[in-house]
Amino acid sequence: MVRVQDLVRISDTEWEIPRSYRADMRVPVRIFATRRLLEAVTRDKSLEQAVNAATLPGLVGRVLVMPDMHQGYGFPIGGVAATRYPEGVISPGAIGYDINCGVRLLASSIEYEAARPHLETLVTALDAHCPSGVGVQGAVRVSAAELDRVCREGARWALRKGYATEADLRRTEAGGCIPGAEPDKVSARAIQRGRAQLGSLGAGNHFIEIDVVDEIFDRQAADAMGLRRGALAVQIHCGSRGFGHQICSDYVRAFQSAVQRYGIHLPDRELVCAPLDSPEGQHYLAAMRAAANFAFVNRQILAHQVRLAFEQALAGRVRNWGLHQVYDIAHNMGKIEWHEVDGARLRVCVHRKGATRAFGPGSPEIPPEYRGIGQPVIIPGSMGTASWVLVGTAGSMARSFGSTCHGAGRVMSRRQARKRVRGEALRRDLEKHGIHVRAASMPGLAEEAPQAYKDVDEVVETVGRAGIAGKVARLRPVAVVKG
Amino acid sequence: MSTGYRELEHTADWALMVWAPDAAALLESAARGMYALSGARLQDGPRLRRSLSLRASDLEALLVAFLEELLYLGEMEGAAFDRFDLRVDAAEDGVRLQALLEGAPLAGRKKEIKAVTWHNLNVRRTPRGLETTLVFDV
Repeated sequence: MVRVQDLVRISDTEWEIPRSYRADMRVPVRIFATRRLLEAVTRDKSLEQAVNAATLPGLVGRVLVMPDMHQGYGFPIGGVAATRYPEGVISPGAIGYDINCGVRLLASSIEYEAARPHLETLVTALDAHCPSGVGVQGAVRVSAAELDRVCREGARWALRKGYATEADLRRTEAGGCIPGAEPDKVSARAIQRGRAQLGSLGAGNHFIEIDVVDEIFDRQAADAMGLRRGALAVQIHCGSRGFGHQICSDYVRAFQSAVQRYGIHLPDRELVCAPLDSPEGQHYLAAMRAAANFAFVNRQILAHQVRLAFEQALAGRVRNWGLHQVYDIAHNMGKIEWHEVDGARLRVCVHRKGATRAFGPGSPEIPPEYRGIGQPVIIPGSMGTASWVLVGTAGSMARSFGSTCHGAGRVMSRRQARKRVRGEALRRDLEKHGIHVRAASMPGLAEEAPQAYKDVDEVVETVGRAGIAGKVARLRPVAVVKG
Repeated sequence: MSTGYRELEHTADWALMVWAPDAAALLESAARGMYALSGARLQDGPRLRRSLSLRASDLEALLVAFLEELLYLGEMEGAAFDRFDLRVDAAEDGVRLQALLEGAPLAGRKKEIKAVTWHNLNVRRTPRGLETTLVFDV
């Protein structure tokens, strides 16, 4: 178990586990956290998992861990690792089963006070339009041939089908389509699972939340994003559903033998990997991109459904009930990117698992309207607490492979949360505080109780002070549909 | 040694300790534990049966493959099982499972399990049989 005294303090918000900590580490681990957040994570296995991640072949720079880190499986949640392209490795478990799990933020000019009398109707309409819960099928069912096109075209498929606007695509990471997706590298089972799941939220910590823009910290950035204080906004948090889960499962299984073929020794079988330039690595990359594009389409269809719900509940009742997209960003993904590492410009595969891409101002990979401010980053808080809109910075480009945190981060196990919190009581409590709740499962609601998470404000303060994101706006929840 | 399972603390996901006197009973116990964690309930009425044949390089891989199969049958066919006739044998390239499963359509599940992970997966031999810890992504 890594202890606080094993760490080297770099600053108030940065700590390092040196390479010398364990003989099989290939690079050090850099942790972005206050001392308080750090002490919280030494109670679980997050840091040990970060040390294990530091053994992956071909790593460059450091393994990074964000302040919302917590124990995952194999790779810690909140972890970022870059491997040299193409001779370094790609590890499906270091990206996660929910490939391209991410968050979309829609904003509006609807004044909260004007919408308030209609919120109950609105949340009922959202619940009706956006399928959620265990085993629930999506709003759209496609044939296998159509799913092939979804995988190749990503959000452009949704545009062709009338679920998206050009502005939506422009304001989605990678335009909503990662090139190089190859559906023929995806198993028949994944395709079978994916066909019925487009436009579904799923379960677990996935949600759709209506927020009010509570406070603006960066006027210029907020104006560029169309965020107005007192206006409604919507977050959609979900991923690639059973399609992505199956792809990850298939490749983690297949890579068990790949590590033997390539003579790779790892401390945990969940970290299995293959060289990026090997047939196995290339096949996973192509399949992962198919899942990523599926997830972009999934969130796009849900955004379309959210717009329908807003129209149904608010048209004729409030002025300008439309929703415009601020951004859509992944927090479980492997991306081939260029980064400066120890003075050299390198092409790397950045694994982000529970960490958000946060490209700084001037990046050609973000929409023109955001190039002056940096890429929007959406940080959902725990249920009932604030969420944040941030921007990527020059600091994130220089020090964290253009990455920052992704949420509040769990601090309590689901089991403990179920023991301490009753779902029905939590729902009543949230409603007492003016937050409307629709939940597919009461035990599921209890597991996502705010007490089970770290303080998102402290997480955001930490990345801000560390210089790997800038604060733009804080959002306050007023209604949530929980999967 | 008795057969059983119990939930362990895990910050984000679900962890289950499973124990049994032999490999077949370990797989059955893991299946029962996984169904219990997800809150799976079976419908009353007509029963359904499935047979499975799986091969894997080792017992850990077989365990993951078997549980993945049950998750798949749950999601795609809405089926879950409460009677297990399992046989695990050594094979030339690892281990082999012959399974006869009996169950019923799912009446409901409370929680979704995304995947069975390989995190620190190691089936340990103890003086009383076998035990392991499974982590599920939820």
